[in-house]
Amino acid sequence: MIVLLLFLVPLIGGLVSFALKDDRTAKGWALLVSFVTLALAIWGNSVAGTDAGRAFQGAWMGSLGSSFSLQLDGLSGILTLLAAVAYPIILLATWNSTYKRPGNFFALMLLTQAGMIGVFTATDALLFYFFWELALIPMYFLCSQWGGERRIAVTFKFFIYTFAASVLMLIGLLYLYFQTPDRSFALQSFYAIELPVSQQSVVFWLLFIAFAVKMPIFPFHTWQPDTYEQSPTAATMVLSGIMVKMGVFGVIRWVIPVVPAAAYSWGDVVMSMSIIGIIYASLIAIQQNDLKRLIAYSSIAHIGLMAATLFAETESGWQGVMMQMFNHGVNIIGLWIVVELIERQMGTRKLSELGGLAQKAPALAILLVIVAFANISLPLTNAFVGEFMMFNGIFTSTITKYNELFAVLAMLSIILAAVYTLNMIQKVFFGPVNNLTANATDIRFNEKLALGVVVLLILVFGIYPQPLLNLTGGFVDVILNKANVAHLIVK
Amino acid sequence: MNALIFSALSGVAMMFAGIWLRTNNSIRSLAILLSLVNIVVTFLELRGVHIVQVNTAGMLAFDSFALLFILIAQVSTLVFFLLSSRDMEKVGRNYPDYFALIFFILAGVAISAAFQSLLLLFLGIEIMSIPLYILAGADKRNLKSNEASLKYFLMGSFSTGLMLMGIALLYGATGTFNLQGYVYDLANIPVLLIAGLMLLLFAMSFKVSAAPFHFWTPDVYDGSPSVFTSYMATVVKAAAFIAFMRLFAESFGAIKTEWKVLVGIITAATLFIGNITAVFQQSVKRMLAYSSIAQAGFMMMAIYALNSDAKEGLLLYAAAYSLATIGIFAVLVKMKDQTFDGFNGFARQQPLVAATLVIFLLSLAGIPLTAGFLSKFMMLRATIVEGNIWLVVFAVLMAAVSVYYYFRLIQAMYFRESNQTLALDITPGFRYTLVGVAAVTIILGVFPNVLTYWLYF
Repeated sequence: MIVLLLFLVPLIGGLVSFALKDDRTAKGWALLVSFVTLALAIWGNSVAGTDAGRAFQGAWMGSLGSSFSLQLDGLSGILTLLAAVAYPIILLATWNSTYKRPGNFFALMLLTQAGMIGVFTATDALLFYFFWELALIPMYFLCSQWGGERRIAVTFKFFIYTFAASVLMLIGLLYLYFQTPDRSFALQSFYAIELPVSQQSVVFWLLFIAFAVKMPIFPFHTWQPDTYEQSPTAATMVLSGIMVKMGVFGVIRWVIPVVPAAAYSWGDVVMSMSIIGIIYASLIAIQQNDLKRLIAYSSIAHIGLMAATLFAETESGWQGVMMQMFNHGVNIIGLWIVVELIERQMGTRKLSELGGLAQKAPALAILLVIVAFANISLPLTNAFVGEFMMFNGIFTSTITKYNELFAVLAMLSIILAAVYTLNMIQKVFFGPVNNLTANATDIRFNEKLALGVVVLLILVFGIYPQPLLNLTGGFVDVILNKANVAHLIVK
Repeated sequence: MNALIFSALSGVAMMFAGIWLRTNNSIRSLAILLSLVNIVVTFLELRGVHIVQVNTAGMLAFDSFALLFILIAQVSTLVFFLLSSRDMEKVGRNYPDYFALIFFILAGVAISAAFQSLLLLFLGIEIMSIPLYILAGADKRNLKSNEASLKYFLMGSFSTGLMLMGIALLYGATGTFNLQGYVYDLANIPVLLIAGLMLLLFAMSFKVSAAPFHFWTPDVYDGSPSVFTSYMATVVKAAAFIAFMRLFAESFGAIKTEWKVLVGIITAATLFIGNITAVFQQSVKRMLAYSSIAQAGFMMMAIYALNSDAKEGLLLYAAAYSLATIGIFAVLVKMKDQTFDGFNGFARQQPLVAATLVIFLLSLAGIPLTAGFLSKFMMLRATIVEGNIWLVVFAVLMAAVSVYYYFRLIQAMYFRESNQTLALDITPGFRYTLVGVAAVTIILGVFPNVLTYWLYF
């Protein structure tokens, strides 16, 4: 029941919000709804949650072999938690932004959250597809209505890209449906399929492209920097913090366990793509002058590492991915908050026009530096634990012959991340104060609060990551065992 | 059978209504009343209550498939009357006659859905087409309307000629007009029969505007008065598809291998031409004309597959597509500037109407939670069962293309600002009907069983 409520609360909250006209009321309502969702998510994932509460099954479109079934397990638990934690932070951090037609804005935000929670918890392929689109459509409206100058064209590119890929995924799911022993879209039936290797490859690409576009990994990433740049910052936070995890999630839940042999035989290709993406995106990030684009490219690099680790298929690597999905979400939202604050005060995001902010806004500088360290994954920050486990996972992988090469190349990402992140800090916060930054003031209470929560999460999970590991531990074993059995058959 | 009799009688009643009823309001009310009566009669027949019993000597079979489609057509007609009947006044002076012609079209629809003999197929298609030729030319002083009417008539007659020739050849090969009467010796299929089948395939492709037989469609749809284009592109096209389906499922299903590849090619070509050409249109009306070709491509997949999924899916498709297109046209008719730019800033001025239009457009584009998605889904499902995954991949890529032109309208309405004030004649009744239709679109998209249930009970 909790899992159903987790989906229904933001959905209904969002629909109600369409009727709200006043700015304050709409914001307050959205914040309230997001806190209720957060409470539900914590309850559902904690010991207090029962197994009955974590699963829900309802009748829906039985004639098509589909049912309305949701479930909270290790994987969906951690991602739902991320979606639930991120929303209050986002809403608090952007509290001072004003929007035209605020009721609609927050309604679409909440509907997106409902869609994403649906994607993470659905255990029925058709339902999963429904939620996948339900998360996309409100996001499309959010970005094209409240975004920057080039928003219409850019968001449209994003939409068409994702939609085209997702209909291919639909074919893949439909094809799998006809291979299930009991003609059902249920996840369990999908896991029971044993396809011949040649068919697995076709299905693998049909499914994987949808997730690769969403993550995005090289060469499917071209929509991403533009969209991040042009979207309103609150929407960018949702996109980069939570929505990209839908891609990683999709691979873990719907690709590798369903077509393990194809994931094995195409693993090297995907890992190469990911690693090219890591280096390519990091190099471009170094060149960027725009803060938003810099962070966008840095996000491609981080996600690329997760994708590569997924296909290395080692236990410690996957544990790292699970943690990093949560941590990356928190960290990148922290970075966006800083960008939002700078842009609102200075009216620019250009590195070349900023400088000397540390003298004017010391609190902001301290908080940003911690978030930035997490972005480079220094020890004692949350990202270190996750990334270390991922590198370890790639290095010890037995399913690829090039594990050492891949690991070394992937590790370059840390050095490159240090280059662009420290460069950013230097240009924004240090150096001489110029005309623009001379009048800067420090951040307000609500912004301190939001950033403070982010920093707290970074430090807590950097020093004591065990709770996150516990949440996902059992789950990883189950999936990987299934995949390993398939590899033995192929070999 | 009752559906056929009552719609013909309604047509006659409307013809004479002009003599006694003086005001347009009363004529309109009578038409709406008659279409409600028709719906009730068909529904009763679907539940097994026959008001009149007629022996059709096996030439018509009003099974649940036929009746369900007739019901869909009649409900669509009612929606069409509720939304657009006021705008029909502006077309010309023969107001009651337009209603009469539409009821005659419904009679044709009933025959086309239920025929069991090729002769009745011919009758049904013709009864459906001839009133349409008149409606296409209803705006007598407009040159484009005249052109549309003539073009439609010539092309229609040509394809009817093909159809008759095909029927004659089939008769020559088998000695019967009856759909159930074909017995095949699979090892030795007469050339005459194949030739007849091909001619029928081409003639039906003409009627449903499948490529490469689609050339008349954009000009006719564009030239005809918009109110009637709306009806032409929806109910009539869907009825032609139902006839197509019945013809091929019941008489040629056994020799599928002979024509399957050809239908596959027609399907792919229709999808390609409809979608790609629609991308380049500047006028919403012309875009909808090409979109109707594109949607026909999807419905062709049902003809390709011919299984039970295809049957269910085609009915759902007919309902989803008709309701959405009638809704969009109803608003389009009221617009002065019918280009995409004419819709700039629409959402600001008419938020509720804009929201319903979004639902219709999402449905046409096949986005989940709308009826359009499920009907496309059923088509894909039916085709995958037939084992042709490449046609399915091609179809969804084309569906992705279609998002481009449907969303252009959404962008114009929501994201582009404009200073023009749209003086639209929108009554509260119109608005509520639109909301109702949008609600049905979503309900069918979440619970398709509401509709398909009736196919089996």
